[in-house]
Amino acid sequence: MNERTLVLDVEDMTVTYRTEKGPLDTVRNVNLKIYAGEIYGLVGESGSGKTTLAHAVVRYLPANGFLRSGKICLSGTDLMSLSKMEMREIWGSRISMVHQDPSSSINPAIQIGEQIAEVARIHLGFSRKEARVRAVEMLNKVHMPDPEAVAKRYAHQLSGGMLQRVLIATALTTNPELLIMDEPTTALDVTTEAVILDLIKDLMEEYNTAVLYITHNLGVVARISNQVGVLYAGEIMEEGSITQVFKNNLHPYTRGLLGCVPRVDTNKRDISLKAIPGYIPRPDNLPRGCIFAPRCDLVEEACTVERPPLVEAEEGHLTACRRFEELKKIGNVVADTRAGGSKDDKLGDLVLEARNIKKYFTAAAGLSALWQRGRSVIKAVDDISIRMRRSFTMGIVGESGCGKTTLARCLIGLEEATSGEIELEGELLPYSVAKRPPEILKKMQMVFQNPDASLNPQHPAGSSVARPLILLRNLSRKEVGDKVKELFQAVNLPEEFIERLPHELSGGEKQRVAIARAFAADPALMICDEPISSLDVSVQASLMNLLVDLQESRGASYLFISHDLAAVRHLSDWIAVVYLGRLWEIGSAEDVFVPPYHPYTEALLSAIPIPDPDVKQETIRLRGSVPSAMDIPSGCRFHTRCPRKIGAICEQQEPPWQQRGNYHQIRCHIPIEELLEIQGEGLLKKSAGGGVIS
Amino acid sequence: MEDGKNMIRQAGVSPFSKLQPVFRRLLRYPMTLIGFAIVFFFIFIAVFGPTMAPYQYTEQNLPNKLQPPSEEYVFGTDQFGRDIFSRVIVGSRDVLMVAGSGTAMAVFFGMLLGLISGYRGGWFDEVIMRLMDVILSIPPLLLAMVILFSLGPSRLNVIIVVGFLYIPMVARVVRSVVLDLKTRQFVEAARLRGEGSFYILFREILPNIMPHLAVEASMRFSYSIFLVASLGFLGLGVQPPSPDWGLMVGEARTWFYQARWVLFFPAGAIALLVVGVGFMSDGLRRMLLPGGVSNE
Amino acid sequence: MYRYLLRRFAFILLTLFLASLIIFTATQFLPGDVAQIILGQFATETAVENLREELGLNRPLHIQYLNWAGGFIRGDWGTSLVSRTPVRPIVLERLGNSAMLAVMALLIYVPLGIVLGVIAALKRDKLPDQLISGVSMAFVGLPEFVSGLLLIAFLAIGLTWFPANSSINPDTTFREAFPYLVLPAITVSLTGLGYITRMTRSGTIDVLRMDYVRAADLKGLPAWQVLIRHVLRNSLLPTVTVVAMGIGWLLGGLIVTETVYGYPGLGRLIVYGIQRQDLPLIQASSMIIVAIYTFSNLAADVLYGLLNPRIRVGE
Repeated sequence: MNERTLVLDVEDMTVTYRTEKGPLDTVRNVNLKIYAGEIYGLVGESGSGKTTLAHAVVRYLPANGFLRSGKICLSGTDLMSLSKMEMREIWGSRISMVHQDPSSSINPAIQIGEQIAEVARIHLGFSRKEARVRAVEMLNKVHMPDPEAVAKRYAHQLSGGMLQRVLIATALTTNPELLIMDEPTTALDVTTEAVILDLIKDLMEEYNTAVLYITHNLGVVARISNQVGVLYAGEIMEEGSITQVFKNNLHPYTRGLLGCVPRVDTNKRDISLKAIPGYIPRPDNLPRGCIFAPRCDLVEEACTVERPPLVEAEEGHLTACRRFEELKKIGNVVADTRAGGSKDDKLGDLVLEARNIKKYFTAAAGLSALWQRGRSVIKAVDDISIRMRRSFTMGIVGESGCGKTTLARCLIGLEEATSGEIELEGELLPYSVAKRPPEILKKMQMVFQNPDASLNPQHPAGSSVARPLILLRNLSRKEVGDKVKELFQAVNLPEEFIERLPHELSGGEKQRVAIARAFAADPALMICDEPISSLDVSVQASLMNLLVDLQESRGASYLFISHDLAAVRHLSDWIAVVYLGRLWEIGSAEDVFVPPYHPYTEALLSAIPIPDPDVKQETIRLRGSVPSAMDIPSGCRFHTRCPRKIGAICEQQEPPWQQRGNYHQIRCHIPIEELLEIQGEGLLKKSAGGGVIS
Repeated sequence: MEDGKNMIRQAGVSPFSKLQPVFRRLLRYPMTLIGFAIVFFFIFIAVFGPTMAPYQYTEQNLPNKLQPPSEEYVFGTDQFGRDIFSRVIVGSRDVLMVAGSGTAMAVFFGMLLGLISGYRGGWFDEVIMRLMDVILSIPPLLLAMVILFSLGPSRLNVIIVVGFLYIPMVARVVRSVVLDLKTRQFVEAARLRGEGSFYILFREILPNIMPHLAVEASMRFSYSIFLVASLGFLGLGVQPPSPDWGLMVGEARTWFYQARWVLFFPAGAIALLVVGVGFMSDGLRRMLLPGGVSNE
Repeated sequence: MYRYLLRRFAFILLTLFLASLIIFTATQFLPGDVAQIILGQFATETAVENLREELGLNRPLHIQYLNWAGGFIRGDWGTSLVSRTPVRPIVLERLGNSAMLAVMALLIYVPLGIVLGVIAALKRDKLPDQLISGVSMAFVGLPEFVSGLLLIAFLAIGLTWFPANSSINPDTTFREAFPYLVLPAITVSLTGLGYITRMTRSGTIDVLRMDYVRAADLKGLPAWQVLIRHVLRNSLLPTVTVVAMGIGWLLGGLIVTETVYGYPGLGRLIVYGIQRQDLPLIQASSMIIVAIYTFSNLAADVLYGLLNPRIRVGE
């Protein structure tokens, strides 16, 4: 720690945008020091200004943005004194950047190798041939399988994880002093994310690069960085080493954020998440005192008078809270324990039973489908059976493309299943929603993923909620009006929002309206397809709490689909693990999250980014990406990527279902006892407190 | 920056509900303002012009033929001694009426076809769209000429032909927007509560198509003026003695060397109107679809 | 890719078939009897009847269509009712002239349109863009006879730089014809310029927003390399198709221009045919224009596929 070389030194930087309303300071008085070989994790929710900050550091701001004050030094070079042309020489050679969406960050019309080679030519003065060789070398460096061939491919031929490797390879080609990564794994699956994070960590040590790693994901930061900064509404709230920030944090915002993340060893019955009330202030409407004061539960008069400066509370630990001394004493309480959260082990009545659901798509569309029938079939869902009980949540997990969304859409009838039986409260359902009578529609509703698309932009929020009341519950005009008010209250939205159009609402508010709309029909079963994944951590927490409350008060069952395993663990009573259109493990949440588990579940769990630097997860990593559903591997579908493959049997035979206890089932060739033995105590150091139902 | 992007996207989604920002944007684009001014000017003339015209547009005065512009005849007289000023004014009604009705017809039927085709999908969509492609694969002016040649030129026939020819383009644009919208989750939510196709098409989808339709209509209007004027010029459109601008230019070609004004004023009127509609259309696109959808 | 081409080709045959039906049927509704028209008002009943027999006009319509279509495919395009000579040589000769004009127009408007479109995109929403986009939209809608006659008024009659009339001998060589081609070519170019400018602008704006352009910037490539290698390579793809399609579209646009300048091309020929009610002439030249139009659409698609790795390389 003594001989750290300072690479990036940002002093008192303020970034301003010229807008119609006048100048807006979106990032204010930020200081950053990043040292060689260290990863500085910058955490912030959307609207915190983290991307602006990154672009300001490299002086790549849009035409209406500029640095109002501050100094940026890169290993002694004052970047502020450089011209545009000189900055271009720095970009790509001394500072590289990797952005969020790898599939759009690579030019679709140029070969992969050439896109790496051009950097070598420009900055290292390589010849065409030398540059090509270097490109293949770099692809090799990021463990790209068959680098020679990949160099000749185009972006659309590679998976997201491979593209992100390409971007990292490109960024490191010139061995830059500083690497800025802006949410580099956000667009990827957890399993791929884990692999990429390992890669970044290894390479940074090898290259001794200084890294500014920007993300909204606390778990990722905990896993990868040495230093952490917490950005809120354009200002740094807290900064320190990973242990300082995660274990001994001294700012209510940091505490709030950590309290919002569900844990993998507890669930809704044990604790309710501690959401941060309110919203992040906009730069044109900042509070006068501490910018977090309006949302802070420790706020006192003095906080609202003057903005507290960032002070060093301990060695190397900075906080912008006036009351940090008190925080030290309070200690780290992050979640509310729930009273009376005991679980009764009785199974409720059966609400929905789906048997042998299959959904096959043909790749051809339109008229050509007539003569191409039978060719190139995509087996999105291939023989899945599940049962849902009253007041109970079934979580479905799996990588993207595994068929979890298609399954849900088949159940609710938005896609017509190819075969299988769907029974709701004992009644067999037609496949298509168009053929289902209103009495059935009423019983099943859905909350969708994307809040922006889920409300009609032309209809006021209230009318979206009113329509199902009119259509499915035959209420009079007066009753509808009252009911809408009641529903808005139930989802904690003020009454005046009834008249608002969707674009006047935030993402979280839109999703609340969508939940109100789904509950308007008073359904017995709600399908939640990634309802919180596009929202910020603090908003996620309050929505999860809302879903739990509504389930308790209204007794609905949830089918909860998410790639966020911690959220699934928190909300679900049961969990089903899906891969390539099939179920591989099903059981109570407590069972699925402790050994024995299916090797695929094991890999998923070991990939969860956990916002606690003390939790040491085992590193079980999956090779490659999910195979195409058009070309499903023989035998056990998971054998091509399985880290615990035992031999030819996996390639040749379908694995059998194995039962453990009454309800826990695993589909694997490895006997359950053996799984239990190899998996030992489990991946998560602390095992679940809750009892295992059996 | 993230917020800014969001604001723009959202404004693009519901431009009619919030007209204020639209007008603010209008002021940012002076060309658009000019365009609207020109178009409204012509509409004004078309409505009130005929009562202000100093002469009857058919009133012949052979001794005064081919007079240059003067105080008595502001734009001069033509080969029959008719007042060009009066004819240009009365002609504006013709152009706007014929091109406007043709556009309205194309937009109406194109919208219906596009809505149904896009929403229903499947073979129906395929057949309709292939038919549209066939119509699109014949140059519009040629097709118009051949059809008018057989139907016989008349004002009504010109309207029908213009309307027919531009249906496919409108249908295509509407269809592509419908294809995007119908997979949106608010449409799926409507299906989940048992809304009928009619409600979904006209209450859920249609309002969101309006901005695209408005931009498309303004472009089609420009193309219609083009087509109507060209047909008039070739003698296949509206017939004499009607003061159709295209027709006037066509007839004036004979007298071009003796009396340039006979040609200049109707041609100038067309040019001015077309420029106005062009500016307006471009501006509408900027205001209503600020995200910049590339449907040219 | 091959399957796709095959599909496209099948579609072209369908298009040509339907278009030929439209053209054939449309020309059947002609007011008056063809034989009567040929022979004039004062011909005897028997003479008209004989001619009807000779032309096959008494046979059922579908037979007439099959005869006509079959003849067209075999290269027998019929005999002009006016000049009483075979239609084919006339049409082909005029086609050559139109092609000459079209190529010259392409050479003017394509490069200019691309440059203007890129400028407009780079200066998006600023005055240069508003001016370029507004004017190009106006040019798209400006009928060729208006721009043509205004050009004649200023450049030919006013400044006497170019001849006002381009009614050259149909078999003039390019070198001799050149001065007569300039004004018509400019006239056609104005409309085409509008299209290309708008396409290039919107294509370039779409690409400029892409993450990979930002990535290319931040790789430190010189600005011109970012523009040419990363932006234009992608943004000109749609423009390429417009250019290819434009070849066919030009032929349509030439109808008015050639009439204005009296230039002996295919467009002028059709107008002439319609004025004289010369059915075989109209049918043959319309079919040729439609054929070129559809095939240039195919060329556009193929070119797009070849330039776009997503289609060329497939999965």
